[in-house]
Amino acid sequence: MPNPELLAILPQLASGSAHTHALGFRLESIEGQRVRMRVPYRPELVGDPASGVLSGGLVSTLLDHVGGMSVWLAMDQFQSIATLDMRVDYMRAASPGRDLLAEAECYQLNRTMAFVRAWAFEDSPDNPVAASQAAYIIHKPALRDGGSDQAQIQNQANA
Amino acid sequence: MTKPLLDHLPYARFLKLKTDVYGDEVTVVMPFSEHLIGNPMIPALHGGSTAALLELAAMAKVSHDYPRLRLPRPINVSIAYLRVGKASDVFARAHISKAGKKVAYVTASAWQESQDKPIATLTAHFQLDDTTGD
Repeated sequence: MPNPELLAILPQLASGSAHTHALGFRLESIEGQRVRMRVPYRPELVGDPASGVLSGGLVSTLLDHVGGMSVWLAMDQFQSIATLDMRVDYMRAASPGRDLLAEAECYQLNRTMAFVRAWAFEDSPDNPVAASQAAYIIHKPALRDGGSDQAQIQNQANA
Repeated sequence: MTKPLLDHLPYARFLKLKTDVYGDEVTVVMPFSEHLIGNPMIPALHGGSTAALLELAAMAKVSHDYPRLRLPRPINVSIAYLRVGKASDVFARAHISKAGKKVAYVTASAWQESQDKPIATLTAHFQLDDTTGD
């Protein structure tokens, strides 16, 4: 089971910044080392007005963000991290009118770096809209108290 | 002159992107806006907003050079984050390094104070053959 203090702040880490709030990101579920997020479909987030398909830029943002969430889950605590790089493959167009989900797993972690794979989909990661591979830098040593302090969260989330 | 591609795309409008075209040079500006902030304390832009700007700037460049495409479609994109995006405007410009019959390889860079100090770079492949896929 994940650290309860981390579990308590994960929803805010998913949607608490101005950008993630504006996009409507939210935490969907946690299963083992995998974290899942949802972005509800909205016409403003569309990339192609002729088809109603969500923008690739939105998909990249969701994959980047859910990837960061998976790093915190793997560390079992909140720490300052930053995306170093990310590669996204677009397999197919997202289904118009449907919410987009994304799931990420941090499959390798050391003291300074975390390596993540993530998938964006409507129903199952087995049929992805897009898949990503990303590396994240871990900036600071662990917060011994678990990092539940609100100012810390605001300070370190989503840079 | 017709309206720039990005003016038609809802997500580009959500990011308030503006396109400036001078000859072959297509510059896309993402004016600073509170709703782009991912970290309120620094404050810093969300990396995803910069990634989206780069991807849309690359689309704008491919569309400019290949006007027959209704909408250029990325096959894959790779983003490197080089510096923190500060609470100010971001500029982006793309370059087509190689274009074959089916695929174009595009690089792009995003900057704030100086073009010599990019905050992020993109490399991407775009599909040039509009008839395949959907």
